[in-house]
This record gives sequence, C-alpha cells and structure tokens, in this order.
Amino acid sequence: MTETTTRTNDSGTPLVPLLPAPLARHTVTAGSAIALIGTFMAWTWTSDFPGDLTVDGYPGGLQLLTLTGALLTLLFALSAYGVKGLRWLTPAGTNAPLRLLALATFATTGYTLGAISSDLGGIVNLEPGAYVSGIGSLIALVAAFALPGDTPGNDTTADNAWQRIRHTLAAPSPRTAKTIPDWAGILIIVAAFAIGLYVFAYGIDTEYTELFIGFLITAVFTFAAITQAGLLARLSALTAQHRTVTLSAAFVAAICFPFTQSSDEYALIGANILIFATVALGLNVVVGLAGLLDLGYVAFLGVGAYAAALVSGASTSSLGVHFPFWAAILVGAGASLIFGVLIGAPTLRLRGDYLAIVTLGFGEIFRITMNNLNGNSGPNVTNGSRGIPAIPDITIFGYDLGISHDIAGFTLGKPGNYYLLMLIVTLIVVTVFRRSADSRIGRAWVAIREDETAATAMGINGFRVKLIAFALGATLAGLAGTVQGHLTSTVTPEQYQFAGSVPPNSAFLLAAVILGGMGTMSGPLIGASLLYLIPAKLQFMQDYQLLLFGVALIVLMRLRPEGIVADRRKKLEFHETGQLDVPDANLTDTVGVTKAGA
Amino acid sequence: MTSMTTTTNTVLQASGVTMRFGGLTAVRNVDLTVNSGEIVGLIGPNGAGKTTFFNCLTGLYVPTEGKVTYKDTVLPPKPHLVTQAGVARTFQNIRLFPNMTVLENVLVGRHTRTKEGLWSALLRLPGFNKAENASRERAMELLEFTGLAAKADHLSRNLPYGEQRKLEIARALASEPGLLLLDEPTAGMNPQETRAAEELIFAIRDQGIAVLVIEHDMRFIMNLCDRVSVLVQGEKLVEGTPDIVQADERVIAAYLGTPFEGAPGEEEIAEVEAAESAQSTTSTEGDTP
Repeated sequence: MTETTTRTNDSGTPLVPLLPAPLARHTVTAGSAIALIGTFMAWTWTSDFPGDLTVDGYPGGLQLLTLTGALLTLLFALSAYGVKGLRWLTPAGTNAPLRLLALATFATTGYTLGAISSDLGGIVNLEPGAYVSGIGSLIALVAAFALPGDTPGNDTTADNAWQRIRHTLAAPSPRTAKTIPDWAGILIIVAAFAIGLYVFAYGIDTEYTELFIGFLITAVFTFAAITQAGLLARLSALTAQHRTVTLSAAFVAAICFPFTQSSDEYALIGANILIFATVALGLNVVVGLAGLLDLGYVAFLGVGAYAAALVSGASTSSLGVHFPFWAAILVGAGASLIFGVLIGAPTLRLRGDYLAIVTLGFGEIFRITMNNLNGNSGPNVTNGSRGIPAIPDITIFGYDLGISHDIAGFTLGKPGNYYLLMLIVTLIVVTVFRRSADSRIGRAWVAIREDETAATAMGINGFRVKLIAFALGATLAGLAGTVQGHLTSTVTPEQYQFAGSVPPNSAFLLAAVILGGMGTMSGPLIGASLLYLIPAKLQFMQDYQLLLFGVALIVLMRLRPEGIVADRRKKLEFHETGQLDVPDANLTDTVGVTKAGA
Repeated sequence: MTSMTTTTNTVLQASGVTMRFGGLTAVRNVDLTVNSGEIVGLIGPNGAGKTTFFNCLTGLYVPTEGKVTYKDTVLPPKPHLVTQAGVARTFQNIRLFPNMTVLENVLVGRHTRTKEGLWSALLRLPGFNKAENASRERAMELLEFTGLAAKADHLSRNLPYGEQRKLEIARALASEPGLLLLDEPTAGMNPQETRAAEELIFAIRDQGIAVLVIEHDMRFIMNLCDRVSVLVQGEKLVEGTPDIVQADERVIAAYLGTPFEGAPGEEEIAEVEAAESAQSTTSTEGDTP
C-alpha cells in the first residue's frame, strides 16, 4: 500500500505508542465497525429509557448518534487508507480528525451507557449490544491515539500533557484545492446547507434531554473533526467564491426550517432564535464594527416592541389605534431610531468605559420607566408591570399570522408564520450589515474603533460616524422588536433586562456577539443560536444556567478568544505566532462572510 | 503655476500662536509661514513645544491665542475639518489602524474626499461602486508611490517599522492635502531608511505639496529643508536657511548649552591636565612597592 504512505505521515511519535501506525489504523477501522454493529443490537431490556433501545436490528434514539459517529469514523479511516472516492474527506489531516471522530463515538456511547445505568439504576440494565458498542468505540479510541500526529514536529516535545493532547488533535491547513466547475461548487454549498439544516432541525427536535446532550457531544466532536480534516476551510473557500449562492442557500435553508417542524413548540424555539440572532447581529454593528460597548442594547428591542404594541390595536393599549403592520414596523423602528439618537447624542462624545456605563443605565431606566408608567407612579401608558397583553396577530394581505395554514401539504402554525416574517427582518439586517460594513462608512467605524485620534486626523467626524452606528443599531433592534412583540403577544418590562434567564437580554446579546465572533456576520448568528438553544433544551440546568454560561465564556475566551467564527483580523490579532504574518492565498479565500468586517 | 513667483504663495500662516496648559506656556507667540513648494523644518531640543505647536495647527488643540490660516482661510479647531481643508499629518508615535489592511488604511485616508454616506452604501445607489473603485485605484497609486503596493493585503501591524512610517505618509497623502505635516518621520530609522524617506519627501514636494517637518536628525533636516525654524522653550529662536541656522550661536547654545562665566581657559585646562597626569603617576608608584 504505497498509497497509504504517501497520504499520511506515519513517522511522528504518537501520544500512545502502543501499535505501529498501519496496525493502529486497522484497529480503528475494526473498532468502529464493532461499535457500528453494536448499535443494531438491543442496549437495554426495558423501554423505560427514552428512545426505546430494546429493538434488535433497528437502531433508535441515542443509538443513532453512535451509529453516525461510528459510520463517520469508518469513512474517515477508509479515506486515510486512500480509498478512491473518499479521499476528498481529508484534504488537511487524516489522523487528527480520526481521533476526534473516535472520541465523538466513544463519548456518545459512553454517555448513553452512563445515562441508561443511572436512569434505570445500575449497569445490570445494559444488554450485550451496549457492551459491544462500548468496547468497540473504546478500542477505536485507543487505537486512534496510537496513530502519529498530523502536524510536523514531535508530539512529545510539548511541555505538558494538555498541550500534547491539543497537538495530537490539530492538523495543518489543507492543500490547495483543485479548481472544480461552478455547478459542482454550487451543488456542494447547497448540500452543505441541507446537511446543516438537517442537523439543526434534528437538534431542535430532540425530544428528551439525554438525546439532546448526546446530540451536542456528537455534534461538537464531529464539527471539530471536519474542521481539522480541512473540509470547513474548503467549504468557506467555496462560499467565498459563490457568495450570492451561499447567501441564497442559507436563506432557502432557513425558509425550509418551519416546514420540517411538526409541533409549534419547536417552531417557536426557531422563531425566538431568529429574533435573538437578528438583534445580536444589530448589536454587532455597534460593538463589533464601531467598537462602542453598548450594555443596554435590549432596551431598543423593548422600545420597538412597546411602540408596535401601542399601535397594534390591543385593547389594553393606551393609544387605542390600530395601524397596519407595515406602519407598525415603521413606528417601532422609528421610535428606536429616535431613542438611539437621543441616547447617543450626549453620550457618544464620551470614550470607552463611560459609554458602557451610560448605556447600562439607559437599559435599566427604560425598564423602570415602563414599570412606572402605570397610572400610579406616572401617566398610564404601558400598564406598568402587567404590560400590554393580548396584542392582536398581524394580518398581511389577508394572511393571518395567528392561525395555522396548510401550504403544500405542510402545516404552518403561528410560530412558523412569525418565523418566516422574522426571516425577512433578518434578511434586512444581514443586508444592512454586509453593505454598511463594506463601504466608506464601515471603514470609518473600524478606524474609529482602532484609533479614534488617528481617525479624526484622517478627516473622520468621530461623533457623527459613531452616532450613525449607534442609531443604526438601535433601529435594527427596534425592527426586530416589532415582530417580537407580536409573537409573544404580550410585552412586559421584565422581558428587557440587563441579565436574566431568558436570552434576549443585554448580557446574552453581548455574549452572543463575542462568542460568535465580533465584527463577523455569521458569528453572532451562530453564537445566538447556541446560546438560545442550549438553555432551552436543557431545562434541568435552569437553576445553574448563569453559572454554566459564565464557565463556558471563560473556557471559550481561553481557548478561542476570537470567537467561533473568526474575523481574519481577530485571528491575526490573537494568535501572534509568526506564521500568519503573510496572508497566503488560503487565508484571503477563507474570509468569505467574515470579510464583512472590512 | 509656471513661474517661480507663484511658488511664494503662502500655504500656511500661523501668527502669534500661544498655547497654555494652566500655568504652563508650552508655545509662546510663534509665527510660522509655509509657502507652496517649500519644505520647512521645525527643530528644537526635547520639550521645546514642537509637537504641541503641530497639534495647534491640526486642531487637536485649540490655541489659547493666535490664529492659523491655510490658503487665506482660518482653520477651524476640529481635526477632521482641518484635514478636510487640506492639511494632513502623521504622528510622532505611529498611529496606524493596526488591524486594518494596508489598503484599508489608505482608503480611510480617502474619507474626506469621498461622499458616499450610509444610504448610498445600504441601497448601493448608482455611483457607489464608481466612487469605491476610484478610491481603490487612487489608494493603490499611493501605495505604488510609497512602494507598498505589494503588501496591500497585509495587516498594517505586521509591517516593519520603516514601512509603517511610509504607510502613514501614504494615508495622509490620500486626503489630497496641500500641506503635509510630518512629526519626526525618521525617528528610529537606520541611515538607508532615512535616505529613502528623504527621497520620498522630495518626491512629495515635487507633486506640489508643501511639507512642514519636525525632526531631530540634523543631517536629514539640513539636507531636506529650504528653511528651518528653531523652537526653544516654546518660543521661536531663529528662522532661515539651513546654513544660517547652523551657524547661529544661539541655536548651538540651545542644543549644547553656553559656557558659564568662569569657564576655564585653555591654559588652565592644560595646567589641570598636567597636574592630573603627575598625580596618576605618583599614585601608581605608591601602589607598587
């Protein structure tokens, strides 16, 4: 097999030097095959454990996740052998992704076995199938770590165990891709988004906590594996080539989402994620581009929601007018714009920390004022803490968003309708972000963020430019607020706090931007999705949510300070070690969506 | 523009500029004129108020007294309006936008000479792309001019020191100034880089841009400048051609200090030296028994 030696580097010292490299690879293949077979057997005797893992010959529930992990491990192992037709799977490293996938399989299986044991009371509840999969995945894991590292250099030279483990899980950047015809590139992008949509919908649809945790474990390790395999770099190079196609594909995938949902509960989660993500993207204009730390951003969402609620024709609205939706949306966005200018005009002359304090204050003032405009402590405008309930649903061209509609055989409930409406708002915000970032004004924002004195010396009117960013951010939040008010059909002051357990609040918005990647377009969208989805699906952690959130932030900032989706600039900023000094062809290709930060 | 007389047109006129910070007068009653096509040097010992004077010219400080005119209009005390009017500057400590690319840095310099606002960017109004492309083209020209074109996509923070200085000049030139203020453009440069900077400044002057330069490197300033002005303790001491300034005793005094009244004459120095050498020989004899 000369093919194998040319494809992989078998010379480095592995972390666990048990087996020679070819033998280790055979063992990984065999181990994951065993794990795969195990998933077709019964794992437990009773259907008390959710997902019914008692059936022979038909994997279900968590078994499916193990199956996916084992199958992917097999595929990547075959790719490492150089099997024709599978080599495209590993353009960068072969061993590191294999290790990560073996880890995914093992962790998912291990978690499942643990969950069965603890749910049903003891490991006696495990059937042979569970042992088969467990042992198979363990063998695969150990053997995978017996494979040498992908990155040149000796694994054992690193200082401590942690660094050595990280080293074995890292792969070099992929070889330059062969040019493929446009139609193939487009097909790949479409397929990638279809898979993405499927995985996302699967995650939202997970019906019990165990399945969701298993899903998270599998997804995280698999994602890391395909990143190390270089597939992600290849994909982002493609998306950079076909940006319009990518955006359309993302949009179409997003449109498809409510049609994949049978229950309103999960469609509602989707709609809320979209609202959260859109507001986070709006905040990214203010924080990521212009560098203005806004700690009261959720108040602008509140202004939009309240303004729309007041003109919605709700019986409790003090105005008692009923505007058509397009007018309500304009009122909401307009009110936020006015508040943005009112707050920004006096405060944007301040720099840095002062602005953060003032905006923090504004956020609280908004909430307290809405509480006090109740007829007792002030004029009755907002009904105080009771809020404005029973906001009527929107009707657009006779299409009532409040009731279910059957479209092409799919039933679209109220949350689904609002999801689609929100998607339009998201599209607007995405367009605004992209276009403003890539223009004279966007460059002025970044310049102000980088060095305000130098920027003014270059002829930029700092105050004016900052005010535009601030007001634009406020307007976008107000726009989202109008939809949010109608979706929740009640607006109360308590929805718009600085920090709370329900995601659209200022702290979580900021966290979504930072987690996802400041100054990028897809970053806040991904960050917001994760920040909403994880707490929503893990109800049992509700009490510890803020604690876990804090821990997650610290871990991420330690390991990946530039966020999940790195702006090219940020990547260069945080990882100073030489090699990125010169932007190589690859790097400029991967900018893609992140180029919006320009 | 053809005859030599037009070159005497005044570009910048500062008259009676005084800057006080509380009780401290950093700049006192300084007059300075820069004519078109001229390179004027501003020198002085550390703390003489050169950079403060620069900041007064560019609107970073509002002078306590005096006024600054550029081509017969009074400059407003706002940095961005000064740049708009046609006075661009560089900074003593390089102040690039470190996380923007080289090209983007220069494009930011184009800010005052383009008008596309937010609406134009959002709606991609006709003319947006045209203006953007024109800006890019002009920026690339400037990068060619300063020899940085090959590094247009690099982050400016990753450029070597000398090139960062050049980029700062390119960025300033992007605002199409009539007067360029350079604050210590060769600080920290080696002799080759200094010579290159000198040629660059001459080339800028040849484009019809007047230059006012602060510098400590005397050889550089004497080669470069048509006129040199000396600032000492906030006041202008001398102004004139390099030869006049170099020969001026007050300037030498300002840099090296004056001999005090009871300074020893040559005879006394010889006497002391003789005594010291005698002493040292005796002491060495004493040490070695």
